[in-house]
Amino acid sequence: MTAAMNAASLLATLMAGDPALAGKLDGGIVLLVAVKVVVAFAVLLVAVMLYIWGMRKVIADMQNRIGPATAGPFGVLQTLADGVKLFFKEQSIPSSADRTVFRLAPYLSILPAFLMFCVIPIGGTVSMFGHRTNLQVADLPMGVLFILAMSGIGVYGVMLAGWSSGSKYPLLGSVRASAQVLSYEAAFGLGILGVLIQAGTLSTRGIAAQQAWVSWRSIFTDWYLLPCLIPFAIFLIAAVAETNHPPFDLVEAEQELVGGFHTEYTGIRFAIFFLAEFMNVITMSAVAVTLFLGGPSGPAFGFLPAQGSVNVWFVPVFWFLVKLLALLFGTVWLRASLPRLRYDQLMALGWKWLIEIAILWVMVSAGFVVARDRDWPLWAYGAITGSGLLAWGMLYLSIPKPGEPVEDFR
Amino acid sequence: MEAVVFFVLAAIALTGALGVVLSRNPVYSALFLVLAMITIAGFFVMQDADLVAIIQIVVYASAIVVLFLFVIMLLGVDRHENLNDPLRLQRPLAIGLGLLLIGEVLVLAGREWVTGESSVRGALDEPATGNVERLARSLFTDFFWPFEVTAALLVIAVVGGVVLARRSRRPAATASGDDA
Repeated sequence: MTAAMNAASLLATLMAGDPALAGKLDGGIVLLVAVKVVVAFAVLLVAVMLYIWGMRKVIADMQNRIGPATAGPFGVLQTLADGVKLFFKEQSIPSSADRTVFRLAPYLSILPAFLMFCVIPIGGTVSMFGHRTNLQVADLPMGVLFILAMSGIGVYGVMLAGWSSGSKYPLLGSVRASAQVLSYEAAFGLGILGVLIQAGTLSTRGIAAQQAWVSWRSIFTDWYLLPCLIPFAIFLIAAVAETNHPPFDLVEAEQELVGGFHTEYTGIRFAIFFLAEFMNVITMSAVAVTLFLGGPSGPAFGFLPAQGSVNVWFVPVFWFLVKLLALLFGTVWLRASLPRLRYDQLMALGWKWLIEIAILWVMVSAGFVVARDRDWPLWAYGAITGSGLLAWGMLYLSIPKPGEPVEDFR
Repeated sequence: MEAVVFFVLAAIALTGALGVVLSRNPVYSALFLVLAMITIAGFFVMQDADLVAIIQIVVYASAIVVLFLFVIMLLGVDRHENLNDPLRLQRPLAIGLGLLLIGEVLVLAGREWVTGESSVRGALDEPATGNVERLARSLFTDFFWPFEVTAALLVIAVVGGVVLARRSRRPAATASGDDA
């Protein structure tokens, strides 16, 4: 086995499923991967720019204002102007700060946000530089778990930023943030598990492929939107909480914490935190599109040749972007309309409702999948599910409610 | 090629491990621990054990070290460590066991030297069955009993921890309500 073959097999393990990496490794493939990484990063940066502009415009419209209007047509370059301004501002470091960690923290928060986006399939399989490849940076066999891992790693940025600032309010903000993200990680994972049980694969491309477009009925039968409606709701709530997006933005509650974990940050480091936050919002919406809304699946343009470059290159990306925009509009709507939750409400929602409902749903749908695979009659499945729910209900009733007298342990 | 990847990863992992021990600041130790954990996940990927690699990151690099950092941050890192051991034999014992471990590793390294190749048992990710299926099959068939016993043990530990941490002050306690 030659060294090149070894490298190819190593890369194939990392990115299994991409046809370009199945064979021997050559310069073209390296170039291909490099181009995909750079393009993905640039697309994400531009998407954040446009998202911030769109968010300000939509919120302004909802509040009967005009919003950014001077920089560029319709103010579309406003974010760029803000970015340039932040780039040239002075970067101060507090004297009580831990300087190394203080400098490191912004990059720790932006790296997972980008890596998470790498496993999202945004289009079909196309030809580039003479190789067949997926429009996706990496198709990991464990893609969905990789998303979970990266959202877990993302806590470090916020946590270390607050701690290393060496002052009170950032620390409080970062303790809140890590508690919130850790609490909702469970509900987030269980929401995804609802899809995984139905799909039977951990690859994001595999999940998207199972929701491929056949006819208009695919929306109801092939997409995981209806079969996993409850996990979808749980996933959306948990993802909003994971990204510290309103109404779960207790991390940066101005009234209580000055600015939260980024109080002491200025200039480009401050901008990087916000870049990471909005990248996370976009990536989480993209994950939701991939898992529940069919990813790039959508009707081809019938008046054009089916194997033409428009239908192969453009149409899947177009449908992906349409769904992504719908979800992103939803996040802006949330930001414009909902007041911030109290801390105890946040914890109660996560621990007392979302996790319980998600676990129940995982059990019910696992039973359903087994019954479908084994051709069990409906009544048998109903009896098993019913007895399970009964047992759960009895357990629930046995938990002492507020104000109810309980025996002392000592 | 695989040997190069192995040695680069090994160098990073050793840097992380040394950093954990040598850092004076516990937060730095925790960060070096993250570095070591993620590099170990890289070793698992080299052995075609993708699932274990991801679990390594999800469980160790994120959940457990975040918990460490949480405790360190809440307790404060400015306090000076008390270097007087309560157990007097602890330090010589640790040095002795450490030397024993080094000797063991050196003896093993004298016989087998790293090549970076996959382990002789073969890849976990065979074309017929995926990584997850293989792991699930051994967990739910051969190792079903130890697996369930471990799960039960963890539940007992959690319940025990809750009971021990729960200190009721009032003689006739009521379940804590919203205002408690």
